[in-house]
Amino acid sequence: MYNEKVLKHFQNPHNQGVIKDADGVGQVGNPVCGDIMKIYIKVGKNKKGQEIVSDIKFETLGCGAAIATSSMLTDMAKGKTLEEAGKIGKLDIANELGGLPQAKLHCSVLAHEGLAKAIEDYKQKSKKHK
Amino acid sequence: MKNIYLDNAATTPIDPAVLKSMEPYLRANFGNASSLHYVGLEAKRTVDGVQEKMGHFLGCLPQEVYFTSGATESDNMAILGLTGAILRANSGFKPHIVVSAMEHDAVLEPAKQLSKDGVEVTYLKPNNKGLIELDSLRKAIKNNTVLVSIMYVNNEIGTIQLIAEIGQLIKELNEKAAASAKATASRRKIYFHTDATQAVSYCDMNVVKLGVDMLSLSAHKIYGPKGVGVFYLKRGTPFRSLIWGGHQQDGIRSGTYNVAGIVGLGKAIELIADKKKNKEENKKIKELRDYLIKGIKKSIKRIRINGDMIRRVPSNASIIFEGVEGESILLMLSQKGIAVSTGSACSSGSLEPSHVLRAIGVKPELAHGSIRFSLGRFNVKKDIDCVLKELPLIIKRLREMSPLK
Repeated sequence: MYNEKVLKHFQNPHNQGVIKDADGVGQVGNPVCGDIMKIYIKVGKNKKGQEIVSDIKFETLGCGAAIATSSMLTDMAKGKTLEEAGKIGKLDIANELGGLPQAKLHCSVLAHEGLAKAIEDYKQKSKKHK
Repeated sequence: MKNIYLDNAATTPIDPAVLKSMEPYLRANFGNASSLHYVGLEAKRTVDGVQEKMGHFLGCLPQEVYFTSGATESDNMAILGLTGAILRANSGFKPHIVVSAMEHDAVLEPAKQLSKDGVEVTYLKPNNKGLIELDSLRKAIKNNTVLVSIMYVNNEIGTIQLIAEIGQLIKELNEKAAASAKATASRRKIYFHTDATQAVSYCDMNVVKLGVDMLSLSAHKIYGPKGVGVFYLKRGTPFRSLIWGGHQQDGIRSGTYNVAGIVGLGKAIELIADKKKNKEENKKIKELRDYLIKGIKKSIKRIRINGDMIRRVPSNASIIFEGVEGESILLMLSQKGIAVSTGSACSSGSLEPSHVLRAIGVKPELAHGSIRFSLGRFNVKKDIDCVLKELPLIIKRLREMSPLK
């Protein structure tokens, strides 16, 4: 039911782990629905001085699609400016994976929300520091 | 890649002897069992022979054995066929049926359809060990109850229901009602169906001892071919056909006989009916299953076993791995050439975890982490050793990946 790309990401997920001194953290989902994703981001600056996702990692409890979308999300967001990363849409991750079964599309939505929450967390924190 | 098949409750590999028995009926003996010429007669005689064998195995008349496309059809026949006949004969009457909450969807879905048509349905909850209690069944019975359907062995957790005791209870209720019916005439006869799909290899299948009016089974769960099963319908049980056509099988179930499939089913039953061999085989399966559970308990922490361990078929180990999602376990085992199944929501197409685990009171967050190992005739100790080597690593890896430590 999963395509090869999804299975590849599931078997060897990219950027899996924790960033101890993360600038932003977003946790979404709940154990009752079966999927929990936690996205850690580190924010840096590019040559133009724009804020970018300089590092990103994930921890996920969930099904094959949840792990694969987490992995894909980190690949897609890494190196992007916060603005660009924030534009990664709900189903963009599933599309980048070459599609997911209908019942699994919520995993793509969840990964999108996890990143949005991590970016939001960073913005809240940096506001406080100012 | 290794090929370790531990999903025998989903389907079994075909036994070589079964395949061999079927082959002539896919080649030279291709006849339509309803044809009057010699080609047809040969096919009809073969079908009659299997019908007789089935009757002997189930302890019923050969004429009470109907061949179907499998247990889903047989279950539909039981639920819809009986209720349909009663509805047709009693306009204005609102029948009540009782099914257990842990039935297969092949029973639950037709029951749901009936409830849309105004039939009253009670979903009987098992206790937290996965067993239906006689008392709770007694309490569920009403004056308008016409059918009780309780599966013999649950497909997910392998628990064995007290079918003979339930049969006895229903018989007593019917006798009591008959004695007082002259006064009230309101109490209906209750018919009893069991879905025995998962029981055939392991349990007493005598329909008289069980006290059932209807029974379903499938060939592909007992090393036979897919697409063929049996519906036992006791003589005198009200029934309205679901499939209409060329009047085969007394019009109860029309459609050209699946001769090769029926032959394969017959062979599969013959292999199980060899009591000595069957006993040895089940003993071996139980030893392997117990070895698996023991090994998992030893090497993996935070696990739970679903369902009663005593009233349980020897083949089933349903285990929850806390803090891990079942589909991920399944996929990683599959990568290692080990086939199992899961009660996780993610595998079902819905977002709800297994209704069976929910019915026995398992919290959804735990039900997501369930794996069903179902052993069978062709498993060997080496298979289990391989699982015991790979599984702890997989659980460790997935737990490390989780944000919940």
